[in-house]
Amino acid sequence: MIAYLIRRLFYAIPILLGVNLFTFALFFFINSPDDMARMHLGVKRVTPEAIAKWKADRGYDKPLLYNAESGGIGKLTDTIFYQHSARLFVFDFGRSDEGRDIGYDIRNRMWPSFAIALPTFLVGILVYITFAMVLAFFRGMYLDTLGVVLSVILMSVSALFYVIGGQYLIGKLLHLVPISGYDSGMAALKFVILPVVIGVVSGIGASTRLYRTFFLEEINKDYVRTARAKGLSEARVLFRHVLKNAMIPILTGVVVIIPSLFIGSLIMESFFGIPGLGSYTIDAINAQDFTIVRAMVFLGSVLYIAGLILTDISYTLVDPRVRLG
Amino acid sequence: MCGISPADAAWNNPYPASEREANILYSSFRERPKHLDPARAYSSNEYDFIGQIYEPPFQYHYLKRPYELIPLTAERVPAPIYLDKQRRRLPASAPVASIAYSVYEVRIRPGIRYQPHPAFVRTPDGAFQPLTPNINTLGDFRETGTRELTAADYVYQIKRLAHPKLHSPILSVMNEYIVGMKDYARTLTQAYKTLTRDGEEGVYLDLERYPLAGAEVVDRYTYRVTIVGKYPQFLYWMAMPFFAPMPAEAEQFFSQPGMARKNLTLDWYPVGTGAYMLTENNPNRKMVLERNPNYHGERYPAEGEPDDARAGLLADAGKPLPFVDKVVFSLEKEGIPYWTKFVQGYYDRSGVLAESFDQAIRFSGGEAALSETMEQKGITLLTSVPTSSYYMGFNMLDPVVGGTSESARKLRRALSIAIDYEEYISIFLNGRGIPAQGILPPGIFGYQEGQAGINPYVYDWVDGRPKRKSIEEARRLLAEAGYPNGLDRKSGRPLLLYYDTPSTGPEQKAQIDWMRKQLAKLDIQLVVRATDYNRFQEKMRKGGAQLFEWGWNADYPDPENFFFLLYGPNKKVGGDGENAANYDSAEFNRLFERMKNMDNGPERLAIIEQMQQTLRRDAPWIWGFHPKRFTLQHAWVYNAKPNHMANNTLKYLRIDPKRRALLRAEWNEPVVWPLVAIALLLIAALIPAIVAHQRRENRGQRRAAEAGA
Repeated sequence: MIAYLIRRLFYAIPILLGVNLFTFALFFFINSPDDMARMHLGVKRVTPEAIAKWKADRGYDKPLLYNAESGGIGKLTDTIFYQHSARLFVFDFGRSDEGRDIGYDIRNRMWPSFAIALPTFLVGILVYITFAMVLAFFRGMYLDTLGVVLSVILMSVSALFYVIGGQYLIGKLLHLVPISGYDSGMAALKFVILPVVIGVVSGIGASTRLYRTFFLEEINKDYVRTARAKGLSEARVLFRHVLKNAMIPILTGVVVIIPSLFIGSLIMESFFGIPGLGSYTIDAINAQDFTIVRAMVFLGSVLYIAGLILTDISYTLVDPRVRLG
Repeated sequence: MCGISPADAAWNNPYPASEREANILYSSFRERPKHLDPARAYSSNEYDFIGQIYEPPFQYHYLKRPYELIPLTAERVPAPIYLDKQRRRLPASAPVASIAYSVYEVRIRPGIRYQPHPAFVRTPDGAFQPLTPNINTLGDFRETGTRELTAADYVYQIKRLAHPKLHSPILSVMNEYIVGMKDYARTLTQAYKTLTRDGEEGVYLDLERYPLAGAEVVDRYTYRVTIVGKYPQFLYWMAMPFFAPMPAEAEQFFSQPGMARKNLTLDWYPVGTGAYMLTENNPNRKMVLERNPNYHGERYPAEGEPDDARAGLLADAGKPLPFVDKVVFSLEKEGIPYWTKFVQGYYDRSGVLAESFDQAIRFSGGEAALSETMEQKGITLLTSVPTSSYYMGFNMLDPVVGGTSESARKLRRALSIAIDYEEYISIFLNGRGIPAQGILPPGIFGYQEGQAGINPYVYDWVDGRPKRKSIEEARRLLAEAGYPNGLDRKSGRPLLLYYDTPSTGPEQKAQIDWMRKQLAKLDIQLVVRATDYNRFQEKMRKGGAQLFEWGWNADYPDPENFFFLLYGPNKKVGGDGENAANYDSAEFNRLFERMKNMDNGPERLAIIEQMQQTLRRDAPWIWGFHPKRFTLQHAWVYNAKPNHMANNTLKYLRIDPKRRALLRAEWNEPVVWPLVAIALLLIAALIPAIVAHQRRENRGQRRAAEAGA
C-alpha cells in the first residue's frame, strides 16, 4: 500500500501543475495585469505610473510564460507563471495582491468553513442514511412512494431557493435563529444551525434517493435472503447486514469530500456572512486577486487528490477483497 | 423561566446577551475595506472606518449647509499666505497670475493624545515589545502607550503620500501642487530601491531623514504646507484622511520583521487621535470601533440650519462627543439578510435596497413616504442628494457623435431630449433621483435652482417647473443634424449608434432595453456592446467607445471637482485623466483655468454660469441625474443628518439602548408551534406504516409457521 500511495503522490505533481497552468491561462485570458492594477488601485485618479509601479512591485511586469529577454533558465523562471506558482508546491502561498499573507488568512478562515461543513456533512450522512433506510424498510408501501416523490421534488429545487426560503422561514418568520452572521467559539453555535439545517435539507432529496437505491440493491441479494430464511426480523436484516454492505458505495461518494470540508461553500458562506474559505475565494475572484485565486484552486486540487487517495484506502478497510498495489 | 427577560427570549439576536442594553451602534458593511492606511484609502467604505479614527486638521461642520470647513485638531482654518516668485508676501486680493506659492500654516491644539497603541511602548533598551509567537493581533501585545500629537506627525503623513510602497492615489494630484513633491517621490523611490535591494522584508524607510520642501515643521504644534500657485481647494484636501497625522513610530513598529507575516500592518491597524479606535479588525466578519479613552473632547454643535432645531438636531448642543461607546460593523454581503436584520431591529440604520423598496417606501402625491409597516415600527426616513452625478457621455473623438460642429451638437442635443431621465428615475430608481440640468449637483457652489438653472436645450420652463422638450423637437434637431427620420442624409442608411456598458447582468437587461426604446423614438438603432468593466475601461482609455454611462462622486464641495471632468488636458485618450468624454473646448478650458483658483463669489459664479452654458450648448454629456439617498433609522437613533462630505459623523449619533432592547424583544418572539406541528406530522405519517409493516411481518411469520407445520 505504501508503494501505491507514493505512486499516487507522484501522479499528483503533473495534475497539480496542469491545474495551475489551466487556472493561470483562464485568469490571464480574462484579466491583464493592467486590469488587475486598475481594480486594486480604484477608479479615481489612477495614473499610468501608478499602474506600472503596482505591477512592478508584485512581479506582474514580467512576461506571462516565457521571457525571451532573460538568459538560460531565466527564460522560464523570470515569468509571472513561475514566480507566482513555483512556491505553491512547498505550500508557500505568498502574499495576496493586497499585501496580506495568504497562508495566514487560509489558516484563519478554514475553521469557520469547517464549522459549517463538518456538521452539515455528519448530520447529513446520518439523516440521509436514516431516511433511505426507512424508505427501504417500508419499500412498496405508501411511505416509500411518498418518500420517493418528495425526494424528486426536493432535488428539483434550486439550492439558492433553500437558502433564501430557509432564511425567510426560520430566521425571518419564526425568529428561531439569526438570519446570518458568525461568531467565534461557542457563540458560533446559533449561527451554524441555520446553514447546517439548510445544507442538510437541500441534500435530502438526491442523497436519500441514491442511498435508498443502494439499500434496495443489497436487499435483493442472496445473503439477505439467507438471513431472512434463517428467521431474522426485517429490521435486524436491514441494520446488521444490508447497512454494512451498502456502506461501500456510500463511502465512494463520501470520503472524497472529507478533505474538501475545509474549502467551504461559496453560496452558503456568501449568504450567511460566514468568514470562511468559500467567501475568501469569491472575494478574490471579484477583486481579481490572482495570488489568492491560484492558491485556493491549488489547495482545492490538493485536497481533492487527498480525498481520492483516502477513498482508495477506505475501500481496503470496508472490503477485505480490495488490495492496493 | 422567571430569570429570562423578554430580550433574552429573542433567539434570533445575532449579538451576545451581554450587549442587550449596551450603548452600542450596530451597522454593517457589504465589502471589506481594502485599505485602512490614510495614505491609500480612497473609497467611501474605507472612510466609514478611518474617518472615525484619523483626524485631519479640519472637518466639515456636521449641520451647516452649504458645507463649511471648521477646525478639528487645528486651532483654526488658516487663510493662505500668497507669495510671489521671489517668495515675497502678496495681499490676499493679489491677482492669481502673480501668486507663485500659497502657504498654509496650520497650528494644532496642544494636549491631543493618540489612542492606546503598542507602537508607543518601548522597552528600557529602546526597542519595541517583542513579537512573540502567541501574538497574532494587535490586542495580543501586553502593553499599550500613547503620546501627544505633534505637527511633525502631519508632515510625516504628507511625506508618506510619496512613499513608493504605498501607491497613494492622490500622489499625481499632489505632485502638481505641493512644492517639491515630484522630486521627493523620486528620491524616496531610489532610497527604497536601495534599501530593498536584497529582497529583504520589514524594511523601514525613515522619511524624517528626507526633507520635503513643501511640508515643514515650524514648531512642536505648527506646520507649514507650501503649494504651487493659488489653489483654494487645497483646504478641502487637507480635510481628507490623506492629510491626517501619522506617528512615525507606528510605521516603524509595523515594519518590524515578522509583522507582515501575521498580517500586522499599518494598512490593517489604524492608529489615530479620533473619537474611536479600531479594537476588532476582522473584515471577513466584524469590525468594532470603541470609544478612544484618550479622545481630546469635542462638543456637539450648537448651530445648524434653520430646520435643525425643529427636527431635534440641536437637542444635544454642547454635550461632549462621542455619544455611543462602541460601533459594531458586521459583514453583510446579501441584501435580504441585511434588510431582515434591520426590520428585526438588529441594525440601527439602513439604506433602502431595490428588493425591499416596496416594503419600505410608498409615494403619496409624488413625495416619498414610509410604508405603514415602517411607520408602525417608528422608523423614520431621511432623504438627501449626495454630491454625485451620473451621466451618459459622448466620445467627442468619435466621427459620428463627437466634434464641435453644429450638426454634431444638434445630434447630441436631439439624443439628450429623447433619453427621458424622468422616466428612468421613475422606473429604475423608484424615484430616487433628480434629473440633471448640468454638471453640478445640488449643494455645490454654482448650482442653481428654478428657471435660471435649467438646461434650455433640453427643457422648457412650464407652469413653474422644467418640462422636457417634445420628441418632435428632437426629431427636428436630428433632421438638422443630417439624419431626417433617423436616416443618414448622405448614405441613406439608418443611423446606428453604439452604446458601451459594463453592465452585463440580467438585471441590467431591462435598462438596456429601455435605452434602446429611447433612441427608437428617433428611429435610431442602438447597438449595445456589453462587456466586463476591465474591457470597458480599456475601450474608454483608447477612445473606442461612442456612448457610455458613468458617474462621479465629489471629493470636496467645489465646482472645480466637477468641471475638471471635462477639462481638455484631463482627457482620457492620451492624458489618462478623468475626462472620459475627451471633450476639449478652448473656450471651456480657458474659463475653467480662470474659475478653478478663484474664491467663491459673484465673479466666480458668473464664470461658472458661462461654463454651464458652454457645456449645455456643446452637450458632451447627456446630463443624466443626481441620485437621491434614502436612509431609514429606528426610533432609538438620534441626531442623524445626512452629510455627504464629512467622514467622521458617527461621533454625533446617539441611541437609546433601553428602548431598542424592549422593541427588539417585542418584534422577535420565537414562533415554535410550526416545529411541533412538523414533528407531529412526521410521527403521524409513520404510525400507519409501522402498523402495516407489523401486519406484514406477522403474516409472513404465520405463513412460515403454517409451511413448517
